[in-house]
Amino acid sequence: MFLTERERLRDELVELADRFGRSRGALLFILQEVQNRYYSISEYAMQVIADLLDIHPVEVHSVVSFYSFLNERPQGQFVIRLCRTITCDMAGKDQVARQLENDLGITFGQTTPDGKFSLEWAHCLGMCDQGPAMLVNQRVYTRVTPEKIHGILQECRQRFGVHAVADGKELPQ
Amino acid sequence: MIVSTRTGSLTFAEVAPGKGMDVALARTPADVLRWIDASGLRGRGGAGFPTSLKWELAAKSPGALKYVICNADEGEPGTFKDRVILADFADLVFEGMTIAAYCIAARQGIVYLRAEYTYLRPHLEAVLARRREAHLLGKGIAGRAGFDFDIEIHMGSGSYVCGEETALIESLEGQRGEPRNRPPFPIDTGYLGNPTTVNNVETFAWAACILARGADWFKEYGTAKSTGHKLFSVSGDCQRPGVYEFPLGITIEAFLQEVGGEDAKAVQVGGAAGQCVPRGEFHRALAYEDIPTGGSIIVFGPQRDMLRVAANFLEFFIDESCGQCTPCREGTIKLLEGVKMLQRGQCSMDYLEELCSLGETMQLASKCGLGQTAPNTFLSIVSHFRDEILGRTAAWSPE
Repeated sequence: MFLTERERLRDELVELADRFGRSRGALLFILQEVQNRYYSISEYAMQVIADLLDIHPVEVHSVVSFYSFLNERPQGQFVIRLCRTITCDMAGKDQVARQLENDLGITFGQTTPDGKFSLEWAHCLGMCDQGPAMLVNQRVYTRVTPEKIHGILQECRQRFGVHAVADGKELPQ
Repeated sequence: MIVSTRTGSLTFAEVAPGKGMDVALARTPADVLRWIDASGLRGRGGAGFPTSLKWELAAKSPGALKYVICNADEGEPGTFKDRVILADFADLVFEGMTIAAYCIAARQGIVYLRAEYTYLRPHLEAVLARRREAHLLGKGIAGRAGFDFDIEIHMGSGSYVCGEETALIESLEGQRGEPRNRPPFPIDTGYLGNPTTVNNVETFAWAACILARGADWFKEYGTAKSTGHKLFSVSGDCQRPGVYEFPLGITIEAFLQEVGGEDAKAVQVGGAAGQCVPRGEFHRALAYEDIPTGGSIIVFGPQRDMLRVAANFLEFFIDESCGQCTPCREGTIKLLEGVKMLQRGQCSMDYLEELCSLGETMQLASKCGLGQTAPNTFLSIVSHFRDEILGRTAAWSPE
């Protein structure tokens, strides 16, 4: 990381710590915001947050490593999370998974070399009556078929540069 | 309306928002508690703790700062009724939280919303803003000097165990979501060490309905120990999956007729943490005194391989175990290994019995509900589907 990037990140973290309060209770708020902006939480960011909240960096790391929506490794701009729980499994998630891997050229747990897509497994997304279900960032897709994957990925590519955020109106049904 | 899949009509759609709170605020907090007590309302998250008792204990705990927390960390596999309630009936939920705050004298409410439901947040924030404008939240609610209460939304970060109330509180405090030892219970030592009541989304909505329509109306349905209606999330091999409302005490048989799943060979009640009920026991009732449930009903048709079901749930628990206590952390891995042996047709009866005894140890010795319930499905599948799981060959098929 360039020195200037570090300085900018540090400034942002100070601003976040001031906004959410420099207390232990603010830790998850800060981490969630960093995750949203940078798609991961770097070692440097964890160190700075620890300094700002006056806690040990290991404590910050222990929290980051606990939650599945917080990541140390850099993630793609679009994080695809396919539900692997039983009803989506029965509805055919294996085929959807295979097609996702084929179309993206990566396997689960990986990020495409251009940094656009990460592929992850998720547990129950609460869409069991409309499976197979998957999340792309905060947007939910239901009744996904292998055939629909290409269109969904194209839709993401067209929005490149914009972190996709569902506003509630875009949701299915 | 946002995402909504419901069948038939829900009581929540018929009860006018606002009525419950008007009725509550015209009475003393003690009267409201008596009213809820008379209705027999029990926790809709599945554990079934009497709601009035929880609120009463929090009300009696000394402390100037008290909290009302809505557990919207709906992570139990097969459960999605809270998503529908939050999307369609958020006002009733916030009303129930406000009534709880009135009962226990809380000033702050928190909705702990799971990360997977982030898309619901803008809608919920809008409802909260509207309630603030209407003086249903904030200072001096509904013109009552001294009744100050507001609600904020905290997002989860992806963790099933945070649905356990003490883990949820840990998470709110910025910690890893590891369950605490109980006692002390949240009702006296909760969020930031203050008296806290943690209730399920649906419980709050029912509390508002009970105030609006009366305890007798609520008690008219259900059984003596499980009063009232309950929402169910139905998925799997049935013709009409979705969110349903039924009186508690309904038999699985009757339930399957309603949803079009009559040919099921088993039903998973209560999600991964629940139990797998075989066809021979479909006469049993969905009620706290028989098969308790948070509302997750997953139907398995005749074509399903029950070992695949067991493996899927165990993989889930291995991922979601917080790792604090050994029975859960190691036991789940051992049970999955056992399921894989069974799938290969390489498990002796002696070893299978040893695994069952390990499962029973997990039920007793795990620290929280996750580890205590993780072996349930394994144990029920092993005891009810022996023909299907023993001595498998490569040629085996479910039908």
